[in-house]
Amino acid sequence: MDFALTQEHKMVVDMVRKFAAEAVPIIREYDRKHEPAPLLPRMAELGILGVGIPVKYGGQGLDYISLGLVCEELEYADSTLRVVMAVHMGLCAQTIFHWGTEEQKQQYLVPLAQGEKIGCGAFTEPGHGSDFAHIQMSARREGDYYILNGEKMWISLATLADYAIVTARTNPEAEKPHRGLSTFIVDLHSPGIKRGDIKGKLGVRAGSTGWIAFQDVKVPVENRLGEEGEGFKITMSAFDRGRYTVASGAVGLIRAALDASVRYARERETFGVPIGRHQLIKQKIARMARDYEMGRLLYLEAGWQMNQGLRATRTTSMAKWFATEAAFQAANDAVQIHGAYGFSDEYDVERFFRNARGSIIYEGSSEIHTLIQADYALGYRRDKPLRVELPPYDPEAWQEEL
Amino acid sequence: MKILVFVKVTPDTAATVKVDEAGNVTWGDAPLVLNPWDEYAVEAALQTKEAHGGSVTVVSMGDESALEAIRRALAMGCNDAIRIEDPALAEDDSLSTAKVLKAVVEKIGDVDMVFFGRQAIDGDTGLTPPQTARLLGWPYIGLVAAFREIDPDGGQFTAERTIEEGRQVLSSRLPAVVSVAKDFGEPRYPSFMGIRKAARAKVPVWSLADLGLEAPAVKVRLPELQNPPKREVVCEFIEGDTPEEIAEKLADKILAEKVL
Repeated sequence: MDFALTQEHKMVVDMVRKFAAEAVPIIREYDRKHEPAPLLPRMAELGILGVGIPVKYGGQGLDYISLGLVCEELEYADSTLRVVMAVHMGLCAQTIFHWGTEEQKQQYLVPLAQGEKIGCGAFTEPGHGSDFAHIQMSARREGDYYILNGEKMWISLATLADYAIVTARTNPEAEKPHRGLSTFIVDLHSPGIKRGDIKGKLGVRAGSTGWIAFQDVKVPVENRLGEEGEGFKITMSAFDRGRYTVASGAVGLIRAALDASVRYARERETFGVPIGRHQLIKQKIARMARDYEMGRLLYLEAGWQMNQGLRATRTTSMAKWFATEAAFQAANDAVQIHGAYGFSDEYDVERFFRNARGSIIYEGSSEIHTLIQADYALGYRRDKPLRVELPPYDPEAWQEEL
Repeated sequence: MKILVFVKVTPDTAATVKVDEAGNVTWGDAPLVLNPWDEYAVEAALQTKEAHGGSVTVVSMGDESALEAIRRALAMGCNDAIRIEDPALAEDDSLSTAKVLKAVVEKIGDVDMVFFGRQAIDGDTGLTPPQTARLLGWPYIGLVAAFREIDPDGGQFTAERTIEEGRQVLSSRLPAVVSVAKDFGEPRYPSFMGIRKAARAKVPVWSLADLGLEAPAVKVRLPELQNPPKREVVCEFIEGDTPEEIAEKLADKILAEKVL
């Protein structure tokens, strides 16, 4: 067993850490304004939007572990940056990479991985999140097209994305509701699409989170991902990818809370000593340090599994569940350590606290992950082979230049 | 153009560098990085290559830790790299280093331009670039902030250098040695393609024997190292009802303290 990161991993971390540090002042400004920070072009220019995709599909040829490391560094700065990777890369680009035909990869994946186009995943609806099998959005087949009608809600990058992976109901008569779903690559500039940002969010205020309404949107049959009726499985595998980025990002947030807390605990004095000398402050710091290591080991294991071509659903769910709850705890403790200053946006921990709350809800709420883990442990759930498996990481093939 | 850029690995700028009880300089477990000033030199070298063609070779003297600096420069876009290591170079000074670097330039041959950062953040002497130029018998322009023109065919170039009064414009013949100032512009990020290449790069190591050199004599001796005395810094907030009042109080204070 080798716990060491490769030279490549370390250099990727250095590079993204530098970008993330430079983004922080911009994030602070836009978080306060409650407007999306204009950082996507820079992320595209640096190639960050192509991490986790082979070079021949426009990506950077870096492995799944690199993607996790990138997400950790991005969310160390702000959750907004990592959310971009969750939806653009995890839900959209990697889902096309996993399930798409060669033609779909050439047409949609290449510009996404090159950062020329932005992607998102449109799954949740106003009335259906965790209960995904019962989504209402319809996709009616008419000749060479599907006609999409319905609304998607809580969609990150809703107003900034060019393409969305959308799952809708193609067979309302299916005996089991989840078998009546299909998934599509939708050009969000198509006629019949309206979208907007949601205001008044608790966190991720420097990012776009919105809604997308579809009214008689024509989607060519060749834009269907996988088979008709395969939408539930495709969506669940997209969630695996998204959850991996959320898990690794949350680990970055824990580290950010830890670093901020250590810095403050060394500087701030009460009762004649730095507050880091007080046992109850130590307890909080120790918990953050512990959770950082545990969360990191979990997501790195999931990344390693994907690299090997092993199914990572269980580990990814565990990593996401653990890391997001630990991130919220860490951010909460960091606010407490900062005292009244932690209650204001003079210090970043206030932003960490607000950001950390959302990730316990999205990409599978903690309740869903609790049930998933219980069912694995009890033997009620097991991963069946998919018709198409996620491609493992092959450095030679992934880094082959065209 | 055949371009060389000489770089050095240094402790991270955030490191606390001090003299330990044994009298040795230490920076704890802080990471080693490409000397921040050298990043500007790499940027200038790469821009020169992009404008005029050719290649950029990054060269660093030091043990394996120098690979940190070399890999960073490769990831930014340098074409290849050479590391100089020899047990006889365990002790060095700027002049002995310059003698080695001169030999490197001559061994590579047909070099058009040699780039340095303005200085290394550890030794902070800034002497190696002009010493290397002097030993080569080449012109030297230090603190280059921009190039107005580089004419490889005509064998000359014109550069703007940063001076206290502003910019000084100088023309010189090629080949030449330049050191690059911060004003040149923000160094580029390493690209992921560069990172992939750098991570796998096999960097050849040249010894003094490869350069046909005896160990250069070290002239500078450091008999003892000491930490600088600690300075007590007192922070005082000047208060007042209006910015004008605060400014007036500040001006009085500055005059009273004979700062101005």
